[in-house]
Amino acid sequence: MVPASYYLVLSAILFGLGVVGFVFKRNIITIFMSIELMLNAVNLAFVSFSRELGSLDGQVFVFFVIVVAAAEAAVGLAIILLIARNRQSLNVENVDLLKL
Amino acid sequence: MQILDHLWIIPALPLLGSALNGLLWRRMPKPAVSAIAVGSVLLSFAAFVKLWREFYEATHAAGGFVVPAVRTYFTWIAAGSFQADFALQVDQLTLVMLGVVTGVGSLIHIYSIGYMAHEEGYARFFSYLNLFMFFMLVLVLGANFLVLFVGWEGVGLCSYLLIGFYFLKKSAGDAGKKAFIVNRIGDFGFMLAVFLIFWTFDSLDFKQVFERAAAMPVETAGSYGVLTAICLLLFVGATGKSAQLPLYVWLPDAMEGPTPVSALIHAATMVTAGVYMVARSSVLFAHAPLAMATVAVIGALTAIFAATIGLVQNDIKRVLAYSTVSQLGYMFLACGVGAFAAGIFHLMTHAFFKALLFLGAGSVIHSLGGEQDLRAMGGLWRKIPWTHGVMLVATLAIAGAPLFSGFFSKDAILEAAFVSPYAIRPLYFLGLLTALLTAFYMFRLYFCIFHGTPRFDEHQVHVHESPWSMLAPLVVLAVLSLGGGWVGIPKLLWGENHFEHFLAPAFGAAEQLKVQAEAAHPAAHSIALEWGLMAAAIVVALAGALFAMRTYYSRPENADRLAARFAGPHRWLLNKYWVDEIYDFLFVHPIQWLSTNVFWRVMDVRAIDGAVNGVAWTAAAGGDRLRMAQSGNTRSYAAWVVLGAALLTTFLLWLGP
Repeated sequence: MVPASYYLVLSAILFGLGVVGFVFKRNIITIFMSIELMLNAVNLAFVSFSRELGSLDGQVFVFFVIVVAAAEAAVGLAIILLIARNRQSLNVENVDLLKL
Repeated sequence: MQILDHLWIIPALPLLGSALNGLLWRRMPKPAVSAIAVGSVLLSFAAFVKLWREFYEATHAAGGFVVPAVRTYFTWIAAGSFQADFALQVDQLTLVMLGVVTGVGSLIHIYSIGYMAHEEGYARFFSYLNLFMFFMLVLVLGANFLVLFVGWEGVGLCSYLLIGFYFLKKSAGDAGKKAFIVNRIGDFGFMLAVFLIFWTFDSLDFKQVFERAAAMPVETAGSYGVLTAICLLLFVGATGKSAQLPLYVWLPDAMEGPTPVSALIHAATMVTAGVYMVARSSVLFAHAPLAMATVAVIGALTAIFAATIGLVQNDIKRVLAYSTVSQLGYMFLACGVGAFAAGIFHLMTHAFFKALLFLGAGSVIHSLGGEQDLRAMGGLWRKIPWTHGVMLVATLAIAGAPLFSGFFSKDAILEAAFVSPYAIRPLYFLGLLTALLTAFYMFRLYFCIFHGTPRFDEHQVHVHESPWSMLAPLVVLAVLSLGGGWVGIPKLLWGENHFEHFLAPAFGAAEQLKVQAEAAHPAAHSIALEWGLMAAAIVVALAGALFAMRTYYSRPENADRLAARFAGPHRWLLNKYWVDEIYDFLFVHPIQWLSTNVFWRVMDVRAIDGAVNGVAWTAAAGGDRLRMAQSGNTRSYAAWVVLGAALLTTFLLWLGP
């Protein structure tokens, strides 16, 4: 059986990749996908703990995360679509109307 | 249904009337307004009559009857050891007050239909008047000091509203404010007294307070204690409400209100609340001789002081106002010398004849189309015979003409002031002198209005007798002014003095102490002395009346000559001893100065506004700085989120288990 630490390391690597993409990428779609990556890295950690501890709590949390992520995707993609339509660009640097 | 078990009905009826008229007046025609207002008070009066019968039956029934009959409706306030119930009670004193309030109140309501017929705000007037009845009835029915206080403040509010009834007139608004503020000073004393009562007796219920007080020792000279303090503070409250020195100044100005209001509130009922409260607390006062002496002295001084001012006033209602102040002084004199029953007796007879005098004055004013100045009247007796007749009865009653109601009550007070163990001789002479002045100024008023040559333009003013709705209450009150005193005919005149015997249970504890005091200082009691006192009262009343007749009827030119000869004193009296000006100088101006220059310009503008503006300014400046964090750059937000998450995680790991 694969030890839980393997999963957790993988989860941490995925989360780190998500953070890097979230901070450094300029394309909104990529940033959005990075967020999804982080969420799923957390999900992976949850299920591996769930299996390790023999408790279903972690899996229940995963469902919550999936539901929230789905809702977020629906709203987020709609916003991205509108931004793309209005600005003909997906570069976050251009989305700066709140700038002083 | 037993009213005795449903005491709340008596005050609730006028409250209902007030609410109906106050809320629905737009939809109701005038007759409906009058019917509701008068009907509710008449029903209250009917309830009182039934209550009286029940009370008599219950007290005479075998097995006895616990007096006072207390009915508790609900717990009003309960906090720690403090508990105050909404409770009403009936005893003999309450019954007398209920009779006066509902009886005279009903008559004045009926009178008002005619008097106010052509006034703006007809429904508003009746709504206030009914509300006043409600609070007054709560005041006299209350079974603890808190309920009493509710009524006390409520009647004050209604008094304010009704004095300022013609609120478009500046003088009326000012008079209302004056009454309210001066009463506030008195109420301050009353509130302190109530706190002190709770602190001392751990209760506010009349029954418990008076039972516990009765068990305490009398606080004679050198051992003044909490009871003396309580009584003096209660009396401060009474001086405000009942217009005694030094807080009487609001009552003469209160005549700005409509005349029925002057009759009901500022003569017959509300201003007697202080006397009622002192009589109600008779047990407390009997244990505090110093407070008793204060009450008697202030009462006697007020009586003479106001009577002298009344001698020279020219406004018909002001003469009556000063007369009211003076007569209230009489009542306090009676209470102060321990003759509580005599004080309440005078309260009742005074309610009859003073209400009659005011309503009669209203009828005179009405007949002259609004004229209030005595100098513009005269010779009216032939033109308004009914008003003239009832006014003559009332004048005789207040002057103390034998067999009229005022005679018996005033005689009872003067006798008490002479023979009571609490009294000192000067009090009696002040009382006697006041009786002389009373007879003089009342007959001056009478002759100036009804006799001599008319001093108004007879072609301009169409003098007319008032409508029946105004005359009927006058006639009833005239009968009461004449015969109202017969319930208390003293033994000397082969009477039974029913009134005093009736009230005796209410003042039982105080009476016992008085008997003890009498035993310590035996007074010379004799039939000859009593006859002498009565004769003296009759002689001074007659002298006052005759002197007024000589001055204002037989030789009217005498009046001016008299004024010229005593120009100095006359000026003093005409200007009411400049008391208002002195108060203005001593209190009003300094307080206004303090308010403007300290409380407004410093406290309000600098401290309070400064603090509020300072908070707002700090928030604005802080926001200005924090705005920098909002760069508007999406990626910097992302960096902040990651940084925050990293910090939070580190923090949790650091502190973690």
